[in-house]
Amino acid sequence: MSDVVEKTLTALPSLLSLDSHPGSAKLSSTSKLGNLIRGITELTSKHEEEKLIQHELLAIKEQVSSPNTTMRQMKELMVRSIYCEMLGYEASFSYIHAIKLAQQGTVLEKRVGYLAVSLFLNESHELLLLLVNTVLKDLQSTNLIEVCMALTVVSQMFPKDMIPAILPLVEEKLNHPKEIIRRKAVLALYKFYLIAPNQVQHIHNKFRKALCDKDPGVMTASLHIYLQMIQENPEAYKDLTPSFVTILKQVVGGKLPMDFNYHTVPAPWLQIQLLRILSLLGKNDQSTSEVMYEVLDESLQRAEMNHNITYAILYECVKCIYTIHPKSDLLEKAAKCIGNFVLSPKINLKYLGLKALTYVVQQDPKLALQHQMTIIECLDHPDLIIKRETLELLFRITNGQNVTVIVEKMLEFLCISEDDHTTIDLVGKVAELAEKYPLKYNEWFIETMNTVFSLGGDMMQPDIPNSFLKLLSEGFDSVEEDRKLRLFAVNSYIPLLRGEPGKLPQRFLQVISWVLGEYSHLREDLEPAEVLSLLAKLLDMKNSSSETKSWVLMAMTKLCKGGADASVTQEVSETYSSSLDTVLRQRAHELQYLSQDPELRARVLPRGAKPETLEVDSSLSFLDRFVSEALAAGAAPYKPPHQRQEELDQSKALSLEPYGLSLPISMSSCSITDRQSPTLLSMSSGLSGDTLKLDGIKRVWGREGYLAQREPVEEAAQVEVPSPIQSPGRQGEGDSLHSQTPTQTPTPEPEQEKQQLASSLFVGLASQSSVSLMGKSEPMPQRFRRKAKGQGLGSSFIANEQISSSLISPPSAVDNLLCNNLLDSNNASELAEQTSQLSQSLTTANGTCHAEAELTESDTKGCNPALRRDNCVVAAGPGPHNDPGRLTEVCLDSYLPAELSGLSHSEIAPLCANQSLNLSACHVQKEDSLILVVFIMNSSESAIQQIPAGEVTSYSVAVGQYSLTVKRPAVHVEVVGTVSYQLPAGTSQSLQFSYKVPLTSFIRPFVVSTEEYGTMWLSFSHDTKQNLTLINDNQEPLTATLNALKKKLQLHVVEVIGMEGIVACRLLQDLPCLMHCRVNAGWLAVWLRSPVPDLPDCLIYHCQRALQSL
Amino acid sequence: MIKAILIFNNHGKPRLIRFYQYFAEDMQQQIIRETFHLVSKRDDNVCNFLEGGSLIGGSDYKLIYRHYATLYFVFCVDSSESELGILDLIQVFVETLDKCFENVCELDLIFHMDKVHYILQEVVMGGMVLETNMNEIVAQVEVQNRMEKSELCNQN
Repeated sequence: MSDVVEKTLTALPSLLSLDSHPGSAKLSSTSKLGNLIRGITELTSKHEEEKLIQHELLAIKEQVSSPNTTMRQMKELMVRSIYCEMLGYEASFSYIHAIKLAQQGTVLEKRVGYLAVSLFLNESHELLLLLVNTVLKDLQSTNLIEVCMALTVVSQMFPKDMIPAILPLVEEKLNHPKEIIRRKAVLALYKFYLIAPNQVQHIHNKFRKALCDKDPGVMTASLHIYLQMIQENPEAYKDLTPSFVTILKQVVGGKLPMDFNYHTVPAPWLQIQLLRILSLLGKNDQSTSEVMYEVLDESLQRAEMNHNITYAILYECVKCIYTIHPKSDLLEKAAKCIGNFVLSPKINLKYLGLKALTYVVQQDPKLALQHQMTIIECLDHPDLIIKRETLELLFRITNGQNVTVIVEKMLEFLCISEDDHTTIDLVGKVAELAEKYPLKYNEWFIETMNTVFSLGGDMMQPDIPNSFLKLLSEGFDSVEEDRKLRLFAVNSYIPLLRGEPGKLPQRFLQVISWVLGEYSHLREDLEPAEVLSLLAKLLDMKNSSSETKSWVLMAMTKLCKGGADASVTQEVSETYSSSLDTVLRQRAHELQYLSQDPELRARVLPRGAKPETLEVDSSLSFLDRFVSEALAAGAAPYKPPHQRQEELDQSKALSLEPYGLSLPISMSSCSITDRQSPTLLSMSSGLSGDTLKLDGIKRVWGREGYLAQREPVEEAAQVEVPSPIQSPGRQGEGDSLHSQTPTQTPTPEPEQEKQQLASSLFVGLASQSSVSLMGKSEPMPQRFRRKAKGQGLGSSFIANEQISSSLISPPSAVDNLLCNNLLDSNNASELAEQTSQLSQSLTTANGTCHAEAELTESDTKGCNPALRRDNCVVAAGPGPHNDPGRLTEVCLDSYLPAELSGLSHSEIAPLCANQSLNLSACHVQKEDSLILVVFIMNSSESAIQQIPAGEVTSYSVAVGQYSLTVKRPAVHVEVVGTVSYQLPAGTSQSLQFSYKVPLTSFIRPFVVSTEEYGTMWLSFSHDTKQNLTLINDNQEPLTATLNALKKKLQLHVVEVIGMEGIVACRLLQDLPCLMHCRVNAGWLAVWLRSPVPDLPDCLIYHCQRALQSL
Repeated sequence: MIKAILIFNNHGKPRLIRFYQYFAEDMQQQIIRETFHLVSKRDDNVCNFLEGGSLIGGSDYKLIYRHYATLYFVFCVDSSESELGILDLIQVFVETLDKCFENVCELDLIFHMDKVHYILQEVVMGGMVLETNMNEIVAQVEVQNRMEKSELCNQN
């Protein structure tokens, strides 16, 4: 320590000279910080430190509140308070001054102010509201550093309610010329997305733009957002897969500037991020996975083992390969890679290798076999973390044969572990294993559970003792087995109670008392009196909790028989019948009465009763009458706690809504009809005991697991694996395991031990039948099976497959856009590529729309439709309609894909034609999507090549389906596309078309309750108001008008109250629009609100049209 | 997401504390103490990852740390971060400090705690990794330093 002080002293002068400012205030204050630090380092006790800091804080407090303190002094004082706060002393008086400094100071002072604010406060601190204006001002500043500071503080913390206030400014920064600002803005928006996802719903487009930014740094930042969003909803971003693959390809190929290299590895963090995204996208999705095989292979090969960071990439790569749809040669390479990790002398890599193995063995348990000796070594590793990870791995490969060895290893570890968290986790796992494989190890099961209970103590999950007792009480098929198990439990508990029960955890005592109460009669040589006195001893222990005591009293109630026991029970019940704890008092009274009345006791607590089913009416419907009476008498309707909390929050928070809206949510809307909605739920609880709560407990192991005898046909193969000694076949395998181990005989003694351990640990892994023993390994074999099936299918299927892959493999225009921006490649050549193949034509068309909307921001089309390809281009054979003259629209009807033909579709409209092709299209409304069906009709004499469906022979029709989504609403959505194709002569041609769809085709009814409507209404920011004509031919104009709208536009009428009505609809993918209608002076005043800009305006147009046409 | 960045010395004295998730003041101190307790008893030849400290959020969280002479640099992260990636990020951060302070030592961190914070802000922003390229980070810090100098000149 002394040399630190010395260094401090020598450092001080140079510090002072650094601050060349001659002002005395500065000098003295700097030395004040120096003094403080020096003072602290010289101290010897915590107490002294406390005194010194308190003194310091007093001094700071005095100075900050003095009006003479300049901003510059304030800056220095802030640093000192930050220091004190870091040491754990609160300096709350300085918070407001930190905000002031950020508000009023010069740039440098601001910087300290912002830093202090971000260290002192948190998102929900009320003082933070004072900062909003400052942030607003700085976001608009021309000084880049101020903007950066504002963005930084915003991403660190910002009050959720105030996000709308600064959102437009932050969005604007996405177009800032400086990439550092753009990058920070992207991260700030990501932060907003995390804390208030619905606030940034509408800027998904901008995220896409950030992904295409010409600066790779900005693109990297946007991956944070995509990783998060894809995690939440992978389906919505499948279309981006080729783009991510292209980016990764470019990065791996070293196309980025050298600046992005880290130890000669190109942008490793970017690669890691991309690999994670790809694994999310490719999970359980064969076609998406196929897109990425190539680049994954390349990443594996490119990563040379020269630096830590390449291992980081490899690790992600391996994980990705094992997550996506499997491909055998990649899996092989990945497995080899894992070997490199596991065998590495570097301990960090070993750790990751074990982690990767743990991940992988669920799918391919044989991989663990290859590394069995390493795993055994890791089990004895001095590093507890490695050891734990190894146990985790073993947990995954447990089967009926090695369970005892693995559990033993886990219990060994539990004895030395000091970390609570690890203990809880591991105890849960041991219990899970023990319950999963009790089989014939009755005694082992009870003993293991005893160890679990005594080691796990009171920290473990409460469902462990509960499910243990449930198992015990429900029993299994054989009465004799049940009896043995229970008897063994009783036998093992008695000595424990005779010993030192004070050391046992409360949970264990509860389990013991329940078991003794239920089953101690099974042991015939045991006098109930002895059990009673043992139990009574528990009651007298000082550290017994009252919960334990009530379990004990229950057990005693079950056991007491009168006679000799009477004195013990009498005494106990007298002691506790005056207890302050009401539960104990009740139990004591029960004990008293039941012990005196054996008949009643036999009725209430029958011995050996089977669990009965209890019906629980969780909706409490029997109280409905009471509720309705209370409501009729004027009581306030019930609101669930979260709603009350929300309302409280709303009343507290600043309102950003304009005044003057009277929402039609009245008391009547929350009437009893809503309250009856929870359905009557009957629950079967399987216990005769009354204090056990078993509902909601996970049934890890139940009847099925044990009932091998009952369903021998299905279960025997999976559960009844013969033990190694009994089965010669298994023995052989055990031997082969031996021979697989790297060291051959003769082996030294410890080595042999290890091998023995290995063969007991990894037994049963090699054979297929035992693989299915592992519950967790199941998904993988299934996936393999599915793949095999795919290969085994007929040629038509394969053909289809090829079509879909050919549809995917060419880069779409989105990629091209990326390429352009990233690598400045030639635009013209890209264009040429775009139209080179017909098979990609529609994607290209879609991409063009993208490009136009994004690059020029022009509104010429007024819309921005995104085509999501469904991969179902169906080639319709020539069939009976191959007469050119009869190829009319009527005929086209019959080409509609079968799955769509049942749905209503629009008229099939001709799009365009040339001498060889005729294009027509229609759209079909599905419940959750809008499908555009394009008919490509060959009107020429010769076949046309490379149409999406491959080849279209003369006079036949090919049909393509595309699912449409709307990115920006417009009155009419226009889809523009190009079909390019090759004539047999080899000449390429293309045909452009456009197709208009009214917005109403995308509108679907949106079913919400009035309450949901109310909360949504407040959160939507875009609105429009207009008066519409009422339909007057009916007695009730409002209902008539609403019904007309409902019919024409597929709206959902939520509720009509008097002269007001509320209506809701949504734009395909959950973009809601709410409508509030009120009859006012012969007009229908309509107010529309939505989170999507333009949607209200477009919708009101269609409402007008709909009413006019009536 | 990075949940917290803690720097403390071999005696457990905090040198820089940055939480990206809210914890009450006393909880923060407890986390620092527990983390120090966990990290300090580990040898240098064991792995740099620690799992499941019970205080800072359970099994999804990891402590990734590096030990440099007198200082421990500990990053507390969730499962969305790559272990080795963070380990190298710590290295980048320390190398940047070394470049900015010219042979950084514990004292620099003590006396220029605010500066260290500014440098850190250029590496990690609101819990997200902002920049991993040392030259970029240094360049950003340089811009601020120049501004600092010019302001001081203006005042004189």
